[in-house]
Order: sequence, then C-alpha cells, then structure tokens
Amino acid sequence: MSHAAPMNEQGSDGYALSFTDLNVVFATGGADVHAVKGLSLTVRPGQVVALVGESGSGKSVTSTAAMGLLPENANVSGAAKVGNVNVVGLDEGKLRKMRATDIAMVFQEPMTALNPVLTIERQLTEALELHDIAYGKEATDRAIELLDMVGIPDPAKRVKQYPHQFSGGQRQRIVIAMAISCDPKVIIADEPTTALDVTVQAEILDLLRELKDRLNTGILLITHNMGVVADMADEVAVMFQGNLVETGTVEQVLLRPEHPYTQRLLAAVPRLSAPAVTTATPPHSSETAPPGRELVLEAKDLVLEYDMRGKIFRAVEEVSFDIAKGEVLGIVGESGSGKSTIAKAVLGLLPVASGSLSVQGHDLPKLSPKEARAVRKRIGVIFQDPAASLNPRFPIGDCITEPMVVHKVGSKAGRIKRAEELLDAVKLPRNVINRYPHELSGGQRQRVCIARALTLNPELLIADEPTSALDVSVQAVVLEMLQDLQRDFNFACLFVSHDLAVVDMLADAVVVMQSGRAVEQGMVDTVLHAPTHDYTKRLLAAAPVPDPHEQAVRRAAWRLLNSTK
Amino acid sequence: MSTPNKNLNENEPQNLNSVAEVEDAKLAQIHEKPKSQGRIVLERFVSHKPAMISAVILVVITVFAFSSIGWGPIPGWWGQNFYHAGAVVDGGKPTLSLVPAWLGGEGIRIGEHPFGQDSVGKDYFALVMNGTQKSIIIGVVVGLVATVLGTVIGAVAGYFRGWVDEILMRITDLFIVIPLLVLAAVLGKMAGASTGSIIILALVLGLVTWTGLARLVRGEILSLREREYVAAAQAMGSKTSRVIFKHLIPNTMGVIIVNATFAIAGAILLESSLSYLGFGVKAPESSLGLLISQYQNAFTTRPYLFWWPGMIIVTIALSVNFLGDGLRDAFDPRQIGKKRRRRAGLFALPTRKEKP
Repeated sequence: MSHAAPMNEQGSDGYALSFTDLNVVFATGGADVHAVKGLSLTVRPGQVVALVGESGSGKSVTSTAAMGLLPENANVSGAAKVGNVNVVGLDEGKLRKMRATDIAMVFQEPMTALNPVLTIERQLTEALELHDIAYGKEATDRAIELLDMVGIPDPAKRVKQYPHQFSGGQRQRIVIAMAISCDPKVIIADEPTTALDVTVQAEILDLLRELKDRLNTGILLITHNMGVVADMADEVAVMFQGNLVETGTVEQVLLRPEHPYTQRLLAAVPRLSAPAVTTATPPHSSETAPPGRELVLEAKDLVLEYDMRGKIFRAVEEVSFDIAKGEVLGIVGESGSGKSTIAKAVLGLLPVASGSLSVQGHDLPKLSPKEARAVRKRIGVIFQDPAASLNPRFPIGDCITEPMVVHKVGSKAGRIKRAEELLDAVKLPRNVINRYPHELSGGQRQRVCIARALTLNPELLIADEPTSALDVSVQAVVLEMLQDLQRDFNFACLFVSHDLAVVDMLADAVVVMQSGRAVEQGMVDTVLHAPTHDYTKRLLAAAPVPDPHEQAVRRAAWRLLNSTK
Repeated sequence: MSTPNKNLNENEPQNLNSVAEVEDAKLAQIHEKPKSQGRIVLERFVSHKPAMISAVILVVITVFAFSSIGWGPIPGWWGQNFYHAGAVVDGGKPTLSLVPAWLGGEGIRIGEHPFGQDSVGKDYFALVMNGTQKSIIIGVVVGLVATVLGTVIGAVAGYFRGWVDEILMRITDLFIVIPLLVLAAVLGKMAGASTGSIIILALVLGLVTWTGLARLVRGEILSLREREYVAAAQAMGSKTSRVIFKHLIPNTMGVIIVNATFAIAGAILLESSLSYLGFGVKAPESSLGLLISQYQNAFTTRPYLFWWPGMIIVTIALSVNFLGDGLRDAFDPRQIGKKRRRRAGLFALPTRKEKP
C-alpha cells in the first residue's frame, strides 16, 4: 500500500503486533462487504498505537482479526502477527493458547464484559488456571495482586465480590486486570472508555498508561475519540471505509494532518471555545431577549422521583431554571446526574413530585389530560438513539407527519407537503418519504427525528443527547443543522448532553448537574470558562482535547485537581 | 492489493472524505423500491420451500372440502351428501384406486364411493369432507378469537403494568391451571347443547386458548414500551390507544402471527379430541374426530374408516405447523443464516478461505 508507514518494511522482528496487507471480506446475503482493504500496521512493545476511524471504517474488524474472533463468513487474507506468529489461518487450538498470554482484549462495555453470576476471584483466576500459570491459593494471591495493581481498594476483601457490587469504572479496571493477568505481549483496547463518564475515563486512561510502562506491553487502542488519542497514543493510524488513510506520530497526525479525511475529522471535533472569542461575540439571547424575556419553560424548585416498586428514588432535587424564546439551555452532567430525568418530566413522561414546571405559563402538573395534550403540541423532542426513536414499521413520511395526525392538523396533501418541506430543511432528498427507517443511516435517521420534532413549529425543543450515538463528522453535520434551524425558527431549546464542548457550541446558558442537584448554573461563558464549583472544574479538566501538547498540560492540571480533592 | 474482489466496492461513491457525505451519496444512489419490513418478511417467506408447499396443500384441502359437498345453501360438485344412507356396496370398500392396471392394480379410477361407505351406507368421502370443513372452520375461528383476545389482553397488561397487569395475568393463570380439555369439554357441551352450531363451539374454544399468546405479547410489549419511539409518541400527545395499536402491536406482529398458526393447529387437534370424547360436534353433522371415535372398533376390519379422517387431521396440522415454521424463519432472519452455513459445511464448501 502506498500510504503505509515506511517502518513496515523492517520485518516483524521486535513488534508486539503487526499487520501486513490485511484484507477482510464478509460474505453476506447481498453483495460481499470489503471491510478492511490491505491494511499494514505495527505495534511495538511499550507503545500505544491508536487506530482511529468512524463507524464502518473497519477498525474493530482489524482488531477482531488479530484475536482470531471473526465470524465464519469472514474471508481473511494477508498476515496478522502477534509476536512472530501469524494468527491468520492459525488453527483454533493454538490460537486459544495464545489468547491472554500473547494477546488480550479490553472491551467497550464493562457492564456486560463480566459474568454476573461468578465472583471476581473466579473470573480472574480462570485465565491463570487455563494457561497453567497458577492454581488455587497461588492464583487467588495473584488475582489480589492484579486488583491492587489496577487500583481497586481493599483487594483481598473485594476479590470475593460479584460484578454488580462494583461501579462502572471499577468494572473496567477489573476487565483490564483480566487482560494483563497473563502478561500479554499486546493488549487490544476496543473503545475502552466510550461507555464511561469523562472523569472516570481520565482515570482509566491514566491506569492504562501506567500499566503499559510498567509491563512493557504494546497497546492497540481503538477509538473514535480524538481527545483520547491525544492523551494516550504514541502513533496514530486513521482508517476510512476500510482503507488506512494516514499513519504517523501523534503530533504529525493531530497537528499537521495530511489526508483530507483526517483534516475534516479533526475539524469536526467539537472543542471548547477560547474565552476571548466568546466574549467578543455575545450569545444571541442577550440581543434577541431583552430583560422582559418571553419565558417558554420555567422550573422552580423542581423535584422528580422514581417509584421503584414502593421505594422512592429522588432523581432530581430542587432544580430551578428558565428558558426564553430563542434561547438554548444546556444541561450537562455525568450518568445518574438526573439530566435526562428533567427532559422526561418536561415531556410529561414522568410526574412532577413537587415544585413547578410550566410551559408558557401553564403549570404542567396541574393541567387536565386534555389541556396537557394541547401543551404537548408546542413541544418537539429529539432522543439519543436514532435506531430506536423511529417506529420501524412507519415510512419516513408517516414518521414526520405523525404529530399532525395525532393533533389532527392539516389534510393528507398538506401533510405530505409539510413532510417534504421538512426533509428539505434537514437536507434529505424528498424521495425518502416512502423509505423505511432501516434503509437510512444513524445520522440520517437523527435528521428525520429533527424534522419530526419541528413538524408543528414547536415553541420548545427538547434534545436529549441528540448526537452522542453519532460519529464525529455526522455529529458536526447534525449540530450545525440544529443551530441553523434554531436560528431560523427561533424556538427555545432544552439541550441535554454530557459533552461540554457540544453545549458550549450550542447553548446560551448552562446548568451543571451532579447527583440530582444543580451545582452550578449561569451563562455558558461564565460557567464553562470561569467555573467556580469544584465539580465543574473537574468535568472541564477531565475532557480530553485533540491536541497532544495541550492535552499534556491539561492532564497535569487534572492530576493536580485530583490530588487537592 | 491481492484481493479477489477488487471491484466489489466500485459502486461506492469515490473521493469523499466524510462519513456523512458517503452515507448521503449512498442514499441518493438507492434506486430500488423502498421495502417495508412486511414486504421483506413476505419475500423471505415465499422463498421458504416447506412452508410454501404446506400453504399449497392447505389451500388445496380447503378448496376441495368446501367445493366438493358445498357449504350451506351453495351446492357442491360431489353428487352425494353425508346424511343420506344408501345401500352398502361391496362391504363399503373404497372404490378409489391409484395403482395402474399394468402394475398389477385395478387401474386409476375414482368410482362411486372413493373413500368407501360407512355401516349404514353413507358416502364416506362426503362425511370426511364435512369433517374437514368443520376442522378448518374451527381452526380459523379459534385462531382469530384466541389471537385477538390474547393480543389485546397481553398488550393492555404489558402497557399499563401495575394493578392492571396483576389482575389480567392472574386471570390468565387461572385459565392455565384448569386443564384445557376439561374446560373446553364443559363449555363445548353447554354451547353444543343449546345451539349445535360449530361456530359457537369454535368461539368457546377460542375463549379458553388465548392464554399462551397473552403472556408472549405481554413480554414483548414490556420490552418495546421502553423504546424511544414509544416515548416520542407519548411525548407528542398521542392517545394511549394509538400508542398501543399503531406503535406497539404492529411491532409484535412476528410473535402474534407465528403463534396464531400454532394456535390453529392446536385448535384443530383440540376439536378432534373433544369430538372423539363426545363433547364436540354431534351427529348427523360429522367431524374428523367424531368419525375416528365412531369407527375405532372397525379399525381391524375396515381400516379405511379410520385412516381417511386420521390422515387428513395429520396433514392439516403438519401443514399449519410448517407454515408457522416458515413464518418464524421469515420474521427472524438469523435462523436462515444458520441454515445456510450448515449447508455450506455439508457440501464441504470452504466457508473461510485463508491464505498462509
């Protein structure tokens, strides 16, 4: 391949993992799918190579090929060497002996990577016993040592516990402990922090960095997050549609990208704006909304509770905020902070326990069902998962016009016309009106969801993590579209997100939530650029940026912040 | 590149540098007609051979049963009917012969009484066709009633949860703990005694066989109601009935249709058992189960009196089951994938070509 790095010609000596001209073709019911096209890549011991790409780029297929775990219908050619052994075409028994001792894997989802019915001890000693490394008491001692190594406090006691007794971050630590249990030459980390909150992500990345130095293992880090790349990687390989489009050191690729795809990918990553820039251009709300603001949504001392079979769980505690016409309010927080719960309550999917929540002066808890339906008409909604938020049995046109059908607005022809207008607004071809959701990609479906949310010209749009399931470049398209539409239609928007940079880009005001409480709120400029609360500072410091130099500075700042905690 | 499939992605848009653009370009390139999920399922079903053969057999049996002796006031093409006794010819032996004379048989002929005659000289073909009609009616009506009842009860229980679910599911449990045959026998006898109508019997059977489907649908709805499109529908102010009937039930269609076919097969067998026990259809009307019960003693001397209705019950029940299998495969494509791989292994075709 022309764009393979020159170091690949040195042969496989001294590499922990190397791919040479790897091709993977899947035989499917329809046409064959060429997932990886002639990939060459090497990982040295003690080195972190990041394999970057968006969905469908073939990055996970590459790593699965190295583990020898591709499904039956995959046709593999080329070489994937772990140490000096080519695993392509290797027989199953030999391959099994190599797993854990030569090559190990850290998975994306710590919630499902551990068996819930076995103790941590049993799961950690399993690999040791299978590979004749240690048995019985000795294996247990080693398991405790491993837990200690990955930073689980009180390991001797906790090794007897079950996965559900650990938090998500701790479970990922245990998965890492399992991966390093047999001293593998190379660890494949497939999106190891994607399912975790930013502050936990920073801790896990710290751990991986420390372990790789201590054990001299090579790490193939598969990720879509450019910030994680800047934080961890020594070398970067960028994949696009099965091709390796660019390789090089992290500085080269992230600071001086050569391939146009890499350039666009980096440009699409949302970043926190520099404070100086934002003060120069004041948020439009202060212009369009004079002191007598026209409030669309107002919450006062809002308390929300979940009733879990008689046990009351308070998800949101005394939160107050308001949004005026033409404003965007961002709610940020980590999982379990209650940010989505607020969105649910505004949508009427959860009753208000106490306090008030009013839409254009109508207090939601006090409305009759009929009045509530009339209020619903003025609220549009976009959810997180584009795969689940459209009814698979409805054609796109029906999906978009459903609010009109529900509220008995317009004639049949008028509805079709409206659907076409909206498809134009979200830049989809008009002929998708008769297509079904499964024929569209995630980003396109999310655009359909936006169109549906705008069908009745809502006064208020609720966006619950609308881009967190999308690829970076698709996210950029969707966010830009939301911004344009918000400007054109001038609706108020409640934007729930875990990504501070996205909120910074879109919102005028922000509420930072932690375990159901609003710890800090105010204008975006003040909160995100001059935070006063510790938690906001931690959130800001933990989010990695796609610039290796700046990230090194931030990492130091993060450590400092943590040590003073 | 040493790939054998060099040109395989040639239809893919070239020179694009963003996933969003690639996806949009792909969408613009799709020219085939949009396919709904129902259409995809239908295509998969049509390519399922055993199910299609079964469907043809079922249609043939149905057409035969209803056209031969007629239905209600509509006369059929078969000259004899099932309640006129006549002279017993040749001990009532069937006149149907399918073995040609040159193979040592009696030649291909249908004759006066192809299935033979019963003890009082009634035409057995007419009797069997009448029984087949009954079985088909029972199957369809019970299938419909049980499916509608089970779906609605399951959907309501699954959607509302809480005390509604508790009450509905305890009622379901009550129906499940009473042996089906006993319940059906008592209700069937009451229904039969008052009217003697087969439709009433079928309705009654439908009222006691909806329980399995109700539980299945409830489970499906419990998981579907957490999907975001349901939340979206609720958030836009849809009425509960719209959410249940437009968004939830259509998405459980797979489970419902597959189960309905099995319910039909079950109902046909249940009716046969009831009639055999004497709680179902009463003479002079006949039913396949009733015919078997009447002539079980004749099994050694005149086995055809047993075999004809028996074979038809088995054929109908098997065909309906195959149909259900085909539908299940069509709704769940993972099953077909498994089959294809197995077949590839069977013919020793390499499924995974690897170069050293």
